[in-house]
Amino acid sequence: MNRAARSLTTLVALAPLGGCAALKLGVMNAAGPVAQAQWDLYTTVAIVLIFVGGPVLVLVPIIAWHYRRANTESAFRPDWNFAWPLELLIWIPPTAIVVGLGIVLWQSAHRLDPYRAIALSRSPVIVQAVALDWKWLFIYPDAHIATINRLPVPAGHPVRIELTSGTVMQSLLVPQLAGQVYAMAGMRTQLNFAASRPGVYRGENTQYNGEGFARQKFDVVALPPADYQRWVRRMQHQARPFDAAAYAALFERATIPAPVMYSAVPDGLFGRIVDRSRLPAAQAQR
Amino acid sequence: MTGAALLGRLGWQSLAFVRAWQDPSLNTLIAAGAAALVVIGAVAVVALITLRGQWRRLWREWFTSLDHKKIGIMYVALSFVMLARALAEAVLMRLQQATAINAPGVVDAEHFAQLFSTHGTIMIFFMAMPFLTGLINYVLPLQIGARDVSFPLLNAISLWLTAAAAGLMMASLVVGRFSTGGWSGYPPFTETGFSPGVGPDYWIWAVTLGSIGSTLTGLNFATTIYKKRCTGMTVMRMPLFVWTSLCTSILMIFSMPALTVATALLALDRYLGFHFFTNALGGNMMNYANLFWLFGHPEVYVLILPAFGIYSEVVSTFSTKELYGYASLAIATIAIAVLSFTVWVHHFFTMGQSANINAVFGIATMAIGVPTGVKIYNWIWTMFRGEVRFTVPLLYALAFMMTFVLGGLTGIILAFPPLDYLVHNTLFLVAHFHNMLIPGLLYGLLAGYHYWFPKAFGFRLDERWGRVSFACWVVGFYLAFMPLYVLGAAGMARRSSEVLEPAFRPWLLVAGAGALVLAAALAALFVQLWVSVRHRRANVVPAGDPWDGRALEWSVSAPPPEYNFAVLPHVAGRDPFHDAKRKGTAYAEPVRYAPIEMPRNSAVGPILGALGGWAAFALVWQIWWLAAATVIGMIATVIARSFVRDVERTIPAETVARIERDWHETLARSAPTTRDFETTAINRGLAQVLA
Repeated sequence: MNRAARSLTTLVALAPLGGCAALKLGVMNAAGPVAQAQWDLYTTVAIVLIFVGGPVLVLVPIIAWHYRRANTESAFRPDWNFAWPLELLIWIPPTAIVVGLGIVLWQSAHRLDPYRAIALSRSPVIVQAVALDWKWLFIYPDAHIATINRLPVPAGHPVRIELTSGTVMQSLLVPQLAGQVYAMAGMRTQLNFAASRPGVYRGENTQYNGEGFARQKFDVVALPPADYQRWVRRMQHQARPFDAAAYAALFERATIPAPVMYSAVPDGLFGRIVDRSRLPAAQAQR
Repeated sequence: MTGAALLGRLGWQSLAFVRAWQDPSLNTLIAAGAAALVVIGAVAVVALITLRGQWRRLWREWFTSLDHKKIGIMYVALSFVMLARALAEAVLMRLQQATAINAPGVVDAEHFAQLFSTHGTIMIFFMAMPFLTGLINYVLPLQIGARDVSFPLLNAISLWLTAAAAGLMMASLVVGRFSTGGWSGYPPFTETGFSPGVGPDYWIWAVTLGSIGSTLTGLNFATTIYKKRCTGMTVMRMPLFVWTSLCTSILMIFSMPALTVATALLALDRYLGFHFFTNALGGNMMNYANLFWLFGHPEVYVLILPAFGIYSEVVSTFSTKELYGYASLAIATIAIAVLSFTVWVHHFFTMGQSANINAVFGIATMAIGVPTGVKIYNWIWTMFRGEVRFTVPLLYALAFMMTFVLGGLTGIILAFPPLDYLVHNTLFLVAHFHNMLIPGLLYGLLAGYHYWFPKAFGFRLDERWGRVSFACWVVGFYLAFMPLYVLGAAGMARRSSEVLEPAFRPWLLVAGAGALVLAAALAALFVQLWVSVRHRRANVVPAGDPWDGRALEWSVSAPPPEYNFAVLPHVAGRDPFHDAKRKGTAYAEPVRYAPIEMPRNSAVGPILGALGGWAAFALVWQIWWLAAATVIGMIATVIARSFVRDVERTIPAETVARIERDWHETLARSAPTTRDFETTAINRGLAQVLA
């Protein structure tokens, strides 16, 4: 009993600490220009919202309590039911706020459109991501390498991910770097982001797709550009070549215990997977 | 005849008990336990009714009744049963996430997926929809001065189709496995290629039956409001609850068919190899997403608008004051209803469409906030210069206003596409929609339940247990859902059966504790019902007006007579009963009573429901002979009914006169109560009126 009480006290004491630890994994701890802009937008909107919600949160308890039945001091006008000034006050300022927020929304939706390339002087890295059950395949078409469940990128370079799915619809999210976009079979979507500093950032599928869903996580590893180049060269020489067996294994519904790397990835693998989904099941097996 | 022809896909393995016997683990035992609860519960209810010899009475007075009041009560009873199940599932899911942090937890991934799928499906289609349909059913005709809805038989058919669909949901616990595709059932995951079992079929047919029932209900309510208002009740004199019911009905009529079509096309894919939403051969799941949310977003307002109506009634009554800004409330209701059809794309900002499209739908989403905010201020100005009485319904209204506004704020965050990209599909979204639906729907329905219960049953609900339950619903909500905002902002995906981040633990523990408090809230609600029934004699309000009410439903006895009004009322204002009490014209006895025609009972409702339920079950398990037989049976029932000419019966004038004189004697015997004693045994339902 005593022990339970003690551990409960510890838990309560540590809760705020644990809370901070959780938030470090999210956009509050942004590690790239897209997520940073999203977080800035978030705080701007939140500040405006204080003025939207504040009056209600203040007025409801004050008015309900002041006009309680037991308070004989308060005014009582049971037939009073309308006043133009109040009416204008509750329609016009909220409409004005929505118009203002609407302008911010329009601009931010275009500025932070996931299809929009990141304006950085360095050359972009192109990655093709394939959502699979229950893993992610990342193809680096220029380097002819591919990885499963690990996405190394050079810090400071724009990254353009093209997405499709080899199975059901999924959604790729890296909270510290960028928001999510769906990956759908037979279709291509796009997500642009960049990591400002080296580090390891958690990525995941957020769209439920079966038993292995909760384990479908991967690390985005942002490396210093020179290290990234070294890593690419090492993969090109040392990683297992991507062969027919590797291709077939992609479509097995399974989680994988540890990331896998491939070299000698053929041209057009991504396009082949996009087309594969459009075929009837019998032909898609081949 | 082979077994497959006779029983389709059914086999011993389909039974949850057999699976638990063959592979006893915590996971299968939980499933078997839930199945056992369903079976034992059903057997116990049947046994109790049989032992007490109540079958005949139930059949005659309830199941075959076309009385809108009884149908309303049956809807609400159904929703409470389903609420209990879906809340138990919620608690189990919270316990799973709180314990499965780099550990196995209590259920496996597949079971967890069934839990979130049934939880969502039940809460929307079989808790919220029956609850609000039941309240509207009960109150609407009384408020507009009518004796019934326009189509009483259709009303019963809607009820029994909904009940059959709910029964199918219960059957899925015992036989087979439910869908793992969530309440929205997105293909291609729910196509046979990825979900070959019966799960998505259970979902499809339960939702299809329910959506057909709701479409019919919407038609019925809208027609009733258009055609059956009493003399003098112009559109701008309708109580606000009638306004919101009208808008909800219109939304049902236009949005429910989109769902029926979506599920029907998915059924064609699954049963006949069509390719509407498959990956291959030209199918496209984006069409499903559009169809589903073209239903799904208006559905949110189908759920919330009636609660807004209830709050309007409750705030006005318990502030002892006329509603502030009636016209602006009505306009805001219409604006919400219209705008609700213009925002569906915000459910999939992340589907890769252009920034222009996302921005337009984002702005439309924020625009809904304006009329919604106006409504909240209207309720605040209603309390302003009033005399506020903190009864249980008003407490729910206050908790709603304070809590709903927070959900509105996070809704604006989600309306920004760039912010939605970050928190879509995370627990932030889960927190947001529970933040809208628990205060905006559940609190409202519970406020309505407490408010109108004395009208329906003739005695008040226990006030103390009502407050206990209220406190638990509010505290439990904050504990259970505020942590989810944090977890969502930290990127925790919704629907995760396992958690790989130890940093999430403290928040998940708090949320788990909150779920237990919410379970306590429901328990307190049941205790309240039990206590209130036991002490009903002390709390009777036969005169019918326990809260000094304003609209017509309070002008009749509690419970009201079958025919509602001995003489159809004439109204000349927005608060007719309130005005009549002040003028001294309330409770006037007519010079003479006339015979009243009421719809005769009909077994068509329960028959169609039973056949529909078995047809759905047969389709799920592909028992083709049974499906054919039941569908033919349904068609035959409808044809046979069309030949029945004698569908009304007359209540003689003498009977009406006797019932009404009894009530007037009760009125004469009752002492008027001031508002200070309205929650005490002194309250007999006759309000003391200060002119």
